Amino acid sequence: MHESPSSAPARALKPETLAQAPAIVAQYPQKRSATMPLLHLVQEDRGYITQEDMHWVAEQVGVTPMQVLEVVTFYPMYRQAPIGRRHVRVCRTLSCALRGSYALMENLEKSLNCKRGETSPDGDFTLEFVECIADCGCGPVVHVDAAMHENVQPADAEKFAAQLKATLKDPAYGQNPPVPGTPEWNG
Amino acid sequence: MPAVERPLIYANLRKPGYTVDIDCYLRNGGYEALKKAVALKPEEVCKEVEVSGLRGRGGAGFPTGMKWKFLDRKSGKPAYLVVNADESEPGTYKDRQIIYKDPHQMLEGIAITAWAIQAKQAFIYIRGEFIHGAKILERAIAEAKAKGFLGQNILGSGYSCEVVVHRGGGCYVCGEETGLIESLEGKRGYPRIKPPYFPAVLGLYNCPTIVNNAETMAQVKHVLAFGGAEFAKIGIPGDSGTHIWGVSGLVKRPGLYEIEAGKATFGELLYDLCGGPLDGRKIKAIIPGGSSTKILKVGERFKGKLANGTEFDWALEDIPLDANSIAACGTGLGTGGTIVIDDSVEMIQALSNLNAFYAHETCGQCTPCREGSLWLSRVSKRITTGGGLETDVPLLLDIANQVAGRTICAHGEAVAWPVQSAVPKFKDEYLESIRKRQAGEAVPKLKLI
Repeated sequence: MHESPSSAPARALKPETLAQAPAIVAQYPQKRSATMPLLHLVQEDRGYITQEDMHWVAEQVGVTPMQVLEVVTFYPMYRQAPIGRRHVRVCRTLSCALRGSYALMENLEKSLNCKRGETSPDGDFTLEFVECIADCGCGPVVHVDAAMHENVQPADAEKFAAQLKATLKDPAYGQNPPVPGTPEWNG
Repeated sequence: MPAVERPLIYANLRKPGYTVDIDCYLRNGGYEALKKAVALKPEEVCKEVEVSGLRGRGGAGFPTGMKWKFLDRKSGKPAYLVVNADESEPGTYKDRQIIYKDPHQMLEGIAITAWAIQAKQAFIYIRGEFIHGAKILERAIAEAKAKGFLGQNILGSGYSCEVVVHRGGGCYVCGEETGLIESLEGKRGYPRIKPPYFPAVLGLYNCPTIVNNAETMAQVKHVLAFGGAEFAKIGIPGDSGTHIWGVSGLVKRPGLYEIEAGKATFGELLYDLCGGPLDGRKIKAIIPGGSSTKILKVGERFKGKLANGTEFDWALEDIPLDANSIAACGTGLGTGGTIVIDDSVEMIQALSNLNAFYAHETCGQCTPCREGSLWLSRVSKRITTGGGLETDVPLLLDIANQVAGRTICAHGEAVAWPVQSAVPKFKDEYLESIRKRQAGEAVPKLKLI
């Protein structure tokens, strides 16, 4: 899914993001290899990648902006438009589907007031089906931002959605160090 | 005799209280195999791995020692080691455990392999979605460097090797070794054509490169720990070591089971270890080694002759869990990611689910794969939505036959094999699915597409 870039002006990248670039580039025998890590860096800072960012990455790694765009449009993880405050990705592929991921998706669409592939009207959630995320024995699995939730049963969708909604009010969300065995650790 | 597990790769990470830090690994005998390795000459380490009979764990099962032998050492160009941790074959989740729970085991294997092939630089290409996994590995690398197991002057040998963790972007085709290399070079992950781009000769940056699976690296650690000849005694001749069976889908206890190669059967795996089907259900079929391996149907008879001349006549439950026996049944051990399908599942939906996966993941370079995967996805989906025709069943097979063998990389086969294997076995059920929908009859509740 490749959305067109948002027309709203994007905020600038944080200085600490920019400062990390030289060390990342220096890890590789050829600079161009740093294209993907720099794009991840940008996306983790702002949530999506703008044309200006692609120009910046191109400059860091010594290629044309077009060559960066080629990469951005190839890999499903890169986005050119903002998403909701929580990115909810339900695994669609066979192992999870056999365990009910389609029913889970239908229930989450209702509980989060958001259709698959879209962002909820209040901007809180982006809900997507994704392909296999390599946790097949614990299906259905749901990857939310950097956390992996396992065995999310379709019948528990409402409860799960409530949990996700509660994180919107948690100022420490995503900042606590991960503990083994928790969704944050497995993410 | 009921099947028993023999944890080798998972032995430590299953211990209660086992943690990912280097002190815990060292308390459990960590990095002793590396000490053994650097006391040997690199070619002696290669020899140990060759003698061990270790086969790669990424799906193709190529002998690891032989792969290392192909490395072009005469070009004068630097050699690279690339570890494929881009675990993305549907049904496969074994490498995730190693990365998240015992990263040093893999790093030790990497250090040994790098020494064996004299690579000064190694890359771990990890799934982009393993966000925390990449951090665990980076921390582990820093710890290993601080203790002299990686980085400069490893264990005082004068030899140095740097390891970099590189996150992918959620793309299945980057698990294909040449697609992975392109991706690591900062490009779209379009697989390269062989010849000339055999990684051992023209790999990363057109330098000689060894691409090995993440679990293979962990296995290499054990090859050195045991010694090649001792390791070869685990399992059976022609397939040594353990296989991690990642069972998913419709059994009572889906999970990861590590079994000595050839020392149990599918029946024992599915019924003893996984507890059999859910209550009131029957297992109908399994996809044995990741979604691109050919499907096996319960009730089929598998007859033939093994490479060593032994004749066999097996039911699915009798097939021994080793690479050669499974290959002799017309499918593959692959990654050991077994997907179990029971009698509540409508087979056309299962096929359509996988067809949608391959259509999503085709890189688009080769016309047969790009077009064929989309056609397969659309044709199978239209059957599930009621627009199917009886001619769609042979059409699926016809399309698949035009993809396999006509593409740069094995994604073409991965697209075709599920269809080519399932259509002859489940043709009647597919036709029944078409008829039911035409007649407006009820269809199974479980939705897969």
